[in-house]
Amino acid sequence: MTIDTKARPSPAVVTATRPRRSRVAPPWWFVAPAMALFAFVVLVPSARGVYYAFTDWDGLDPEFSFVGLRNFAGMLDDPTALQAVWHTVLIAVAITVIQNGIGLLLALGVNSMIKTRNVLRVLLFAPAVVTPIVTAYLWRNLLGPDGAVNSLLGAAGLGSWQQDWLGNPRLALWMIVLVIVWQFAGYSMVIFLAGLQSIPREIYEAAALDGTGAVRRFWSIVRPLLAPAITVNLMLSIIGGIKLFDQVYALTGGGPGHATDTIATLIYKDAFTLGEFGYSVALAVVLTAIVAVASAGQYTVLSRHERAAS
Amino acid sequence: MNRYTRRTFMLETAMVAVAIAFAFPVYVLVNLALRAPSDTSSPIRPTTAPTLVNFTQAWQQAGLGGALVNSVVVTAVSVLIVLAVSSLAAYPLARSTAHWSRGAFLLIMLGLILPFQLASLPLYQTIRDLGLLGSVWSLILFYSGLQVPFTTFLYVGFLRALPRDFEDAASIDGCTPLENFRYVVFPMLKPVTVTALVLNAVSVWNDFFTPLLYLSGSDHQTMPVAIAGFVGQYVSDWNLIFAALLISIVPVLAVYLALQRSIINGFAGGLKG
Repeated sequence: MTIDTKARPSPAVVTATRPRRSRVAPPWWFVAPAMALFAFVVLVPSARGVYYAFTDWDGLDPEFSFVGLRNFAGMLDDPTALQAVWHTVLIAVAITVIQNGIGLLLALGVNSMIKTRNVLRVLLFAPAVVTPIVTAYLWRNLLGPDGAVNSLLGAAGLGSWQQDWLGNPRLALWMIVLVIVWQFAGYSMVIFLAGLQSIPREIYEAAALDGTGAVRRFWSIVRPLLAPAITVNLMLSIIGGIKLFDQVYALTGGGPGHATDTIATLIYKDAFTLGEFGYSVALAVVLTAIVAVASAGQYTVLSRHERAAS
Repeated sequence: MNRYTRRTFMLETAMVAVAIAFAFPVYVLVNLALRAPSDTSSPIRPTTAPTLVNFTQAWQQAGLGGALVNSVVVTAVSVLIVLAVSSLAAYPLARSTAHWSRGAFLLIMLGLILPFQLASLPLYQTIRDLGLLGSVWSLILFYSGLQVPFTTFLYVGFLRALPRDFEDAASIDGCTPLENFRYVVFPMLKPVTVTALVLNAVSVWNDFFTPLLYLSGSDHQTMPVAIAGFVGQYVSDWNLIFAALLISIVPVLAVYLALQRSIINGFAGGLKG
């Protein structure tokens, strides 16, 4: 044993003979597993999707032909598709405005001296972790003809307002917005709250000492410092709104008629009930374009604001 | 400013009222789930004779036990894979300024914009050709790739703000890059790992569209698909449906309440990423 150890060079000698490097360069293959998965699941299928959008592919037949822009031209003659694009934009904008407006008010309310602030924060955020399809089924009943919303109206003496909220083509879309705002206003609140809490207390106090009113304090001090939170919130809600599927599927299935169909629900219907995969991926390409334009536009406007604020 | 004034009290009252309004749907959910189908009184009136019969029936008929196991397996395995491959990839992407590194980063960030609907139809065909339709492995594979861009984005942002001193010291001491990642870099990434874990777990657990596509018609369901199937089957038996909805919510809320601080910070943590 003792002889053995003496015969070997000591570890220190081994280290000293290695080439010295002052900086580690992590090798390229560290990226390989992530890139392989990403390419297999997202990149390659998306590229194929863009290609199929120019064909009459039905999802099964290996033989299909190139049809040029026919799928896209078809959308212009398809009132259902045009409506769905309009609904998608309308829902995304409505959610972004209402959810973030309420979320900000809730954050300001919770970021105060009230005693219940911690309980309220946990409670108001809770719906955001629940499965959207589950909350949507819950609301489908609440908003139904015999649902709790009508019962409440009846109890409040507003019986004449009672109706099938999701069955009314003029209201159904707004009911979907209501359900999403109910579920995710707490999410916006949490992000605004993190932004509010990163603002040093001294700044408020200095402004309060100078006699600045609450509204002015909010607009001139809080709002600019809240810019990163605003960016994240707007990004999340607008992209989430554009891709919306689950809640529409569960609440109305796109109905009544096509009154609440979005691009995402049409993609599903066209592909899996009508077998029009080519047309369906063409709709997905349009969806991608809308997301890209919205993200780019938002990024430009908001990063300018953030720069101005900092 | 730090005192509890009359205005604070008014604000408190208003906020509690708002919270009650937010909680109202949950009251109705519990109230109706506890009610026998024969009781047709108003849904907002408290149930007079509560019963658990809906829960036992829903549990047996919706196959929620199997769905729960599938959801746990799919979520745990795919989140583990995503965190492992994304944190490893983020290391060179954040540290190297070589052309390949910048290019790879931009390519992965492209995935933040691409909606999954575009990829999921052609991928459906590939999964079918591989014979993976109806298997939970198709979902694990899907999420492992789908969540890479967002997770890598979080890791790279966090890593760029960290000093390189520890890695450099470790490499002078003879650490290989892999050892360096395992023992020096990854432990420093803990805060962002918690954020990524929470956000990925919630979105994988809650996803409905993908399992609807890849698992439909099979015996293997995740929680959201099992619930949707159950609702489709018992269209107007709302007491039963509400019991099933409640069963699906309870495990999620239990985890949320137990880990609320980390979960809320995790969601808010995306802000710093």
